[in-house]
Amino acid sequence: MALRPSVRKDKGQSEEIILASPTLPDELATPVFDGVRAQSGYALNKMCYSFNDAKNRAAFLADEDAYCTKFALTDAQRAAVKARNVLELLRAGGNIYYLAKLAGLSGLSMQDIGAQQTGVSVAAFKEKLLAAGV
Amino acid sequence: MAHVVGAVTTAHVPAIGNAIAKGLQNEPYWKTFFDGFAPVHTWLERVRPDMVVVFYNDHGLNFFLDKLPTFAVGAAGEYRYGDEGWGLPEMFAPFMGDPAFSWHLTEALVRDEFDVTTCQEMLVDHAFALPMSLLWPNAAAWPVKTIPISINTVQHPLPSAKRCFALGRAVGRAIQAFPADLRVAILGTGGLSHQLDGTRAGFINKEFDLMCMEKIVYDPVALTRFSNLELIEQAGSQGVELLMWLAARGVLGDSVTKVHSRYHIPISNTAAGLLVLEP
Repeated sequence: MALRPSVRKDKGQSEEIILASPTLPDELATPVFDGVRAQSGYALNKMCYSFNDAKNRAAFLADEDAYCTKFALTDAQRAAVKARNVLELLRAGGNIYYLAKLAGLSGLSMQDIGAQQTGVSVAAFKEKLLAAGV
Repeated sequence: MAHVVGAVTTAHVPAIGNAIAKGLQNEPYWKTFFDGFAPVHTWLERVRPDMVVVFYNDHGLNFFLDKLPTFAVGAAGEYRYGDEGWGLPEMFAPFMGDPAFSWHLTEALVRDEFDVTTCQEMLVDHAFALPMSLLWPNAAAWPVKTIPISINTVQHPLPSAKRCFALGRAVGRAIQAFPADLRVAILGTGGLSHQLDGTRAGFINKEFDLMCMEKIVYDPVALTRFSNLELIEQAGSQGVELLMWLAARGVLGDSVTKVHSRYHIPISNTAAGLLVLEP
């Protein structure tokens, strides 16, 4: 963690915590869902938002291709949906909160997709989470 | 006049709902987390709130990217938990609202230059319903009225930590100006460090979380100087939900007493923090 001891106390009684500047160089390491992504991913996220309705989940599962067509997904979005590839879904403008609905109806937990994105087994991913508490 | 009896801040991850639905509270994985709420229940029996103002972030249930408010205040008589896409069983009785209070709050906030969106229909998601259920797990009906305040953490730019803290302060002033003898509790939900997306998924930062849990009690202003990108780097993409904790803390005023504190890793992908504070 890039936390250094704070030294300044000149803003009232409140301490100033000095952090290193944020460095988020790899956009797929820690995606920031901004306006550009929100625009490019709109169709994909709109489809995933529709999964709040059980009828729509059933329609998607009955004919994924037709359902993707209905929402006018791009080719890259369709391919990423078909593969349930979360990093590709993010690259195609997906937002994790909407993608979580696609994951859920696909029987994937947050640990499953965490393992998939980080390239480790689900057991290893869960182990990493436990280790963070030690 | 209405007054604030205190605030609870807690994690809200969907897996808690799954654990409640399946009755897993006493399983080894979950027991430490659920046991952390026993002192909260004792505290609630003591302070007996009539109303809870809930700062939470909607995760794509009530709001979509077509219309996404930065701050949204519920103004409905009733709020229902909706299916978020996972088809969980209907676990929650409808939450009672208080439209008169909501409009008082909205008038006060807009006068204070917080130009909020008002919602006369509003579904509430896990971030609202699960913490309510953690506070009152065995209630046949909710013993309190509720006012949801949703803060955008879906699409950047998100409101700053400083702005969310100031929103909380404005909510505090509005509560104190409400001309009825109401006992109001505050709930701030989300966090602490976690990240669901990207190749850094599974990121947890215990040292940063523990620093935040200390600072938010005694020196919350120090935390309001973080930019959202700094928060994301330190606490993970979804660790930015610290914004809801800061809004809740803002309501309480400068000096508070810590009643209860718990920190547990992990529940699902998340470091679960819990605080009870009194003004």
